[in-house]
Amino acid sequence: MSDQHLLELRAVDKSFGAVRALNGVDFHADAGQVMALVGDNGAGKSTLIKCVAGIYPIDGGDLLWEGQPVSINGPKEAAALGIEVVYQDLALCDNLDVVENMFLGRETRSTFRRLDEAKMERETMDVLKDLSVTTIRSVRQTVAGLSGGQRQSVAVAKAVLWNSKLVILDEPTAALGVAQTRQVLDLVKRLGEQGLAVVIVSHNMSDVFEVADYITVLRLGQNVAEFKRTETTQREVVEAITAGELHSVPGMHEEEGALT
Amino acid sequence: MSTAVEPSPSAPATDSPTARGGLRGYTQQWVDNVRGGDLGVLPIIIGIVAIGIYFQARNSNFLTAGNFVNLIAQMSPFAVIGMGMVFVLLIAEIDLSVGYVSGMGGVVAAVLLEPGNGQWPTWLALTAAIATGVAIGLFQGFFVSRIGVPSFVVTLAGLLAWNGVVLQVIGNKGTIVIQDKLVIGLANDNMSNGLAWIVLIASVALFLGVQLSTVYRRRQAELPNVPLSLIAIKTVLLAGIGIFVVEWADTDRGIPYVGLLMLVAYVFWTFVATRMRFGRHIYAVGGNAEASRRAGINVANIRLVVLGISGGMSALGGIVLASRLSSVDTSTGGGSVLLYSIAACVIGGTSLFGGRGKVSSAILGAVVIAMIDNGLGLLNVSAGTKFVVTGIVLLAAVTLDSLSRRRSEATGRA
Repeated sequence: MSDQHLLELRAVDKSFGAVRALNGVDFHADAGQVMALVGDNGAGKSTLIKCVAGIYPIDGGDLLWEGQPVSINGPKEAAALGIEVVYQDLALCDNLDVVENMFLGRETRSTFRRLDEAKMERETMDVLKDLSVTTIRSVRQTVAGLSGGQRQSVAVAKAVLWNSKLVILDEPTAALGVAQTRQVLDLVKRLGEQGLAVVIVSHNMSDVFEVADYITVLRLGQNVAEFKRTETTQREVVEAITAGELHSVPGMHEEEGALT
Repeated sequence: MSTAVEPSPSAPATDSPTARGGLRGYTQQWVDNVRGGDLGVLPIIIGIVAIGIYFQARNSNFLTAGNFVNLIAQMSPFAVIGMGMVFVLLIAEIDLSVGYVSGMGGVVAAVLLEPGNGQWPTWLALTAAIATGVAIGLFQGFFVSRIGVPSFVVTLAGLLAWNGVVLQVIGNKGTIVIQDKLVIGLANDNMSNGLAWIVLIASVALFLGVQLSTVYRRRQAELPNVPLSLIAIKTVLLAGIGIFVVEWADTDRGIPYVGLLMLVAYVFWTFVATRMRFGRHIYAVGGNAEASRRAGINVANIRLVVLGISGGMSALGGIVLASRLSSVDTSTGGGSVLLYSIAACVIGGTSLFGGRGKVSSAILGAVVIAMIDNGLGLLNVSAGTKFVVTGIVLLAAVTLDSLSRRRSEATGRA
């Protein structure tokens, strides 16, 4: 492994009142690789993502971007660094078409403050082509008419459009059928092949094993293991998720407030 | 003219019009859309024709040039107020205060233009009236966007309060007669045939210019284009309708100046809604406010400004209303103004649920409402019957909207 990660978290802490959501968590993501973040409900996956996305400030530890310590205050700063998050609910406007959604909030304009529709449509088609998204027949149809897999593809393409370096996907296949899951997993693999760092949060072990290069396991807000996909088994990962060894047991040593 | 018509490819049809190309492809696309529940302006055009035939059959004065000119003046206040309301409906809010805000606009203009020592110059008085509307809209918008009070309640309070202010300002005078020539002329004077033709030619040229520049830009970006023949047909159709309207009106008094006012407002607000970032964000907020917020759109500001637009357009509509009646009194802005303005938007096809609608819907809906109001007037029916019929038309329009929405969902178009 290279000595400098694109994104690195060192001993990050995050608490909500008495609840310690992240307890000395280490994490990293590297260009061209897919890192899976797995763990049971309440393990701290979402909290970790939201810290990286700038939604929650971290309480302790270090956040390094390209080797430099940074503090990310708000989604805009995350986006400025090149971090894009695709949340589970996708955040698309059903009444707008694919192009309008892709450029929402960052529309290209020409003279007289007019929207530059032709340019935006061209770029949308180029990005979809780069990602080999072929299932969307017209980029001028409204998102409401798209299938779950197509919507996910649009959301991912939207994240990629902005020269992002790190794309974080929160449960991208959770609501999809078999064929659509296939589409999205292929898309995730292509993101890695194109040199982006990808973090994928998932509960589905077969999905994780299909796309991930590395797997980080969280349990009760702590790191319990990191695996290289080629050197581990689903059974090993599931064991880590359910019974991985904790370096401190919540409620025993530090605070009286226990995790619920 | 038909140089660009390509034979429709026989390859398996896809959903994209551009994939099929040619005029036939577009016609087929349109038929598919209608079947799939995307009715567009079809129901309202059918409605306008049906209403026209019905009233003409009952009273042969309905489709005369003179009555046509009357219709333009009658629809104008609702169309103008409705164009502001469209934006409010697009973000899934409502503005119930538009009636009395329009009253405020009329009253402010009338008071400032009262002959005497304190009389303001016309343009300044009108600007002040519209600014009053904008200020009221922003004031109400502040509570909606910053404090989070539902727009329904804020503007309901406005409905009461601004009615009260109108009563206070008019006081014991009862009626203020407007004597300013420009204000009176707005709804009561008509354009000369020459001016009407200039406006017509400019409009058609603008339409053609926009269409061709779009084609040019898309060609630059190597994107598929609509066939030029389709643009030619649309342009000829628009010019034909325009010539008919201008010449028909000219056999009587000509088109009133409010017709020009509506046209300018329509072009301006359509530009804002469809060609500007701000307009795009309005649709986005109406479609999914949370997604818009995450996309970096300042949702609160959009809500604030939209209510300001509604206030400003209401005041402008109030000036038009005052011009039609040549006076303002304590009931200015009351009665059917509010409900007709909202009904115009909805009948014209703007959804009450946000995110779907066009500026043109206010105008088309106002045509329908004015036709019913005017036609029933010719038949000498009571005001009660008028309201009942308008209510039924509104219900029919909303039902059609809901049905087509259901159909859209079923066919995955929405």
